[in-house]
Amino acid sequence: MYKIIAKKELAPKTKLFEVYAPEIAEKAKPGQFIILVIGEKGERIPFNIAGYDQKKGTITFVFDEVGKTTKQLGVLKQGEYIENITGPLGNPSEIKKFGKVLCVAGGVMIAPMLLQVQALRNAGNIVTTVIGAMFRDLLFFEEEMKALSHKLYVATDDGSKGYKGLGFLKEIIEKEKFDRCIAMGPVVMMKNVSEITKPFSIATVVTLTPIMVDGMGMCGVCRVTVGGKMKFACVDGPEFDGHSVDFDELIKRQRLFLPEERLSSLLWERLGGYSTVGK
Amino acid sequence: MEVIALSESKPKPKVQKEVVPMPKQKPEVRRRNFNEVALGYTEEQAIAEANRCLQCPKPQCVQGCPVEICISAFIKSICEGKYDEAIGEIKKKNALPAICGRVCPQEEQCQKFCVLGKVGDPVSIGRLERFVADWERARGIKVSANASPTGRKVAVIGAGPAGLAIAADLAKLGHQVVVFEALHLPGGVLVYGIPEFRLPKSIVQAEVDYIKRLGVEVKLGYLVGRTYTIPELLKKEGFGAVFVGTGAGLPQFMGVPGENLGGIYSANEFLIRVNLMKAYAFPAYDTPIRIGRHVVVIGGGNVAMDSARSALRLGAEEVCIVYRRSREELPARKEEIENAEEEGITCKFLAAPTRFVGDDKGWVRQMECICMELGAPDESGRRRPVPVKGSEFVMDVDTVVVAIGRTPNPIIQRTTEGLEVTKWGTIVADENGKTSLEGVYAGGDIVTGEATVISAMGAGKKAAKAIHEYLMKK
Repeated sequence: MYKIIAKKELAPKTKLFEVYAPEIAEKAKPGQFIILVIGEKGERIPFNIAGYDQKKGTITFVFDEVGKTTKQLGVLKQGEYIENITGPLGNPSEIKKFGKVLCVAGGVMIAPMLLQVQALRNAGNIVTTVIGAMFRDLLFFEEEMKALSHKLYVATDDGSKGYKGLGFLKEIIEKEKFDRCIAMGPVVMMKNVSEITKPFSIATVVTLTPIMVDGMGMCGVCRVTVGGKMKFACVDGPEFDGHSVDFDELIKRQRLFLPEERLSSLLWERLGGYSTVGK
Repeated sequence: MEVIALSESKPKPKVQKEVVPMPKQKPEVRRRNFNEVALGYTEEQAIAEANRCLQCPKPQCVQGCPVEICISAFIKSICEGKYDEAIGEIKKKNALPAICGRVCPQEEQCQKFCVLGKVGDPVSIGRLERFVADWERARGIKVSANASPTGRKVAVIGAGPAGLAIAADLAKLGHQVVVFEALHLPGGVLVYGIPEFRLPKSIVQAEVDYIKRLGVEVKLGYLVGRTYTIPELLKKEGFGAVFVGTGAGLPQFMGVPGENLGGIYSANEFLIRVNLMKAYAFPAYDTPIRIGRHVVVIGGGNVAMDSARSALRLGAEEVCIVYRRSREELPARKEEIENAEEEGITCKFLAAPTRFVGDDKGWVRQMECICMELGAPDESGRRRPVPVKGSEFVMDVDTVVVAIGRTPNPIIQRTTEGLEVTKWGTIVADENGKTSLEGVYAGGDIVTGEATVISAMGAGKKAAKAIHEYLMKK
């Protein structure tokens, strides 16, 4: 059982959990993820690690309440427990001095990006960060990012804050000549960023979050095509070369269980929440 | 002085050549439920079957048992109605009898050597083992006292058959044992792989509870290699020895076009969803599974049979097993093939997929196959399938399960410097499980490649002996 030490609402339906998990906190590195099981009848669901504190023995992750499990997580209170958390899983990010790094984060993935930006900064990089969301109210960590980055840009899909869309990236890339780009966010966003950086030959790392079950290489549901080869995001990733990933296949695979996910979520909402333990 | 005349000794009853049949759920009923197929012997049936045992002066059966259970002795106890003695005899060697009685391939092991088998059916040793194990569980499993504490700590990686067997043995010898399991439930392949209808999960739970009552600590959701590594367990965490029983859990794919379409599962994904996550009870359980009308399962082993029979129970209209060799080479247990066919599963032999075709949403709709013929034997001794030119044909499918084998889990090997590994990714270990690193032992599928539950348990037991000797000398 893993105790929720702190809970914060970062945006409507976006929540941050800090959980007591000293053994995970001791080993976690930027780029890794956890798999969580909320209760006896729960699914195994991955979350990117957004922070860890070895002194306090805690890890942090952020999620959007979009499906049944995340809605159920959202109602858990500080002091309550999550049945099981496994981690850290996946390979840590490559962190070293690259020079000038462009970090582009969208939506809930702004949270794990904070960890990247911090690590890249500590390694001596000049970091330009872009955070984006569908609209302004969904943005979070703007101040934190500003404090850590050399430059911060904000973008929204509808233009309600900062730039509208990611079209402006091309201009700043032309101006700044980045050595590396890190993109974390919705698949479509990572695809767009990869397409923008490709003509400039900027090495672009994307963090993939396909459907996972065990998260340790056993089931293969997270298989993605990278450079024409089958890779498992859980053990070969989760980070891959954005210029080699077959994003269109990934988008289709992420939607495989959409009808079931909707049904599950609908049941949860209409029944006003139900226990995942016992009947 | 008492003199017993020969004529006074009771004539021994005639032994039946035929085995006492095991009651089973009827095929037309069981094909749509996940309840256990084989229902187990009644007391009368068990005694009748036990009485078929000749009590040979030199029993042959025991040489076929990877854990060397004194089989004739436990069967004799059943004849006498002393079931507690029977289970006691089994448990001297085997901590998981209810599981082994169900999933061991006895026809390849103990029963293969039974003398009765030369003229009729061998004694059904597995069913008798199951009977006494179930008898005990119904009454509450007893735990005998362990040897006095040795003060030594052993880490066991993986709570599957090998890990549970070694944990039980080492705990009984007085060692402090911690089992590290990466999944959120203990049992390894017993919970994620073997379906409920062949091995009810409540039975696995009961056997794990027994091992916990021996004093074994089981840590769940703990992936050694990503959390502590083996060198850290030995140097920092105070473990005197480590046993690696991480199994063969990685799925293999065929590498043909279209394999990433929706509706194509690895057998591991399919079975993990159904067994470990109980997707058959979705949405009461959160994990979904999508099953189509026309299901094909690629492969011919027990995992293929388990997948096919699960698919049927999930509501598939038809399930077809596609195997590249012929019926004679099917690696699955005969009993499981019979069960599958009784339930209405069909087999397409001498065929292999060459590509999958999907719809615009990315779901599989068709499978193109090529016919095979059998050529010269390969290194496994089986005749190698050779594609027949121009023999391609197309099947309409909407669910495909790829059950062509599993390979060793690589996380330990990648994170343990100096651990010798074969080119297949298995860990090199001697017959006692000793690896190239001091204090590190390994056994089960991680050493042999994909094999059976009982051979993994046998390896665990051998390693238990070796670790005990190693620790007591230290």
